[in-house]
Amino acid sequence: MELNIHFRKINNVLSVFIEGEIDTFTAPKLREKLESIVISQERLIELDLSKVTYMDSTGLGVFVALYKNVTRENGNLKLVGLTARIKRLFNITGLSELMNIEVGAKVE
Amino acid sequence: MKAFDYIEIRIPAKPQYVSVIRLAISGLATRVGFLYDQIEDIKIAISEAVTNVVQHAYEESEQGDIVIGCALYTDKIEILVTDFGNSFDFEEIKKEVGPYEPNSSITQLREGGLGLFLMETLMDEVKVNSENGVTVFMTKFVKREQVKHRDQTITS
Repeated sequence: MELNIHFRKINNVLSVFIEGEIDTFTAPKLREKLESIVISQERLIELDLSKVTYMDSTGLGVFVALYKNVTRENGNLKLVGLTARIKRLFNITGLSELMNIEVGAKVE
Repeated sequence: MKAFDYIEIRIPAKPQYVSVIRLAISGLATRVGFLYDQIEDIKIAISEAVTNVVQHAYEESEQGDIVIGCALYTDKIEILVTDFGNSFDFEEIKKEVGPYEPNSSITQLREGGLGLFLMETLMDEVKVNSENGVTVFMTKFVKREQVKHRDQTITS
């Protein structure tokens, strides 16, 4: 499998674990999964990208779409566990200025 | 003796082959002597170029091939991505791409169009010819200090 996505819900935090490569082939699957998320003001949506081994602009596009939806619904979105490579992509595109991003090791 | 080795790969313009090209180019870049971070940059740039063709050039017919040509020098890699489909106006598209502005409103945020921007940012040189189909030509040089660093890491 080139991309795996699974959800874990603890209280008001919905964690989304994304594993593998995000490109034009796998992005539709990711988009579909993320679009199924119920957004609410009380809930924090946390995307764990620590196991994303590759990502390009198609992945950024998917996250921007989710970010727009979440913001529109007054929800909360956080990206966590970004590797240096993935963080760099958010930096050079200016997205790290807009989105709530946390770098570093995730707690297993 | 030729100054470079030339490798050409032809694939159908379908999303499932983008990762195959990414892997192949990554292997070729390793041969030239690029280091990890540069190879990762090249992987993104080639994926963006091929993805552009897959998404735009063949929207109508769904038939068509992409040809990827790769010239390997001692100090650089040249990559050519070409299709035989619809051409697009590079300058026009270029006006609409670029990084996000910190103060842009949420609704203004584009969900696409970062591909060309990333190619230009991650490679040393990017040229696009759209006269007959689309041809993207990209170059990346091996950084000298990184070559030294590479020698060190190999022995350690």
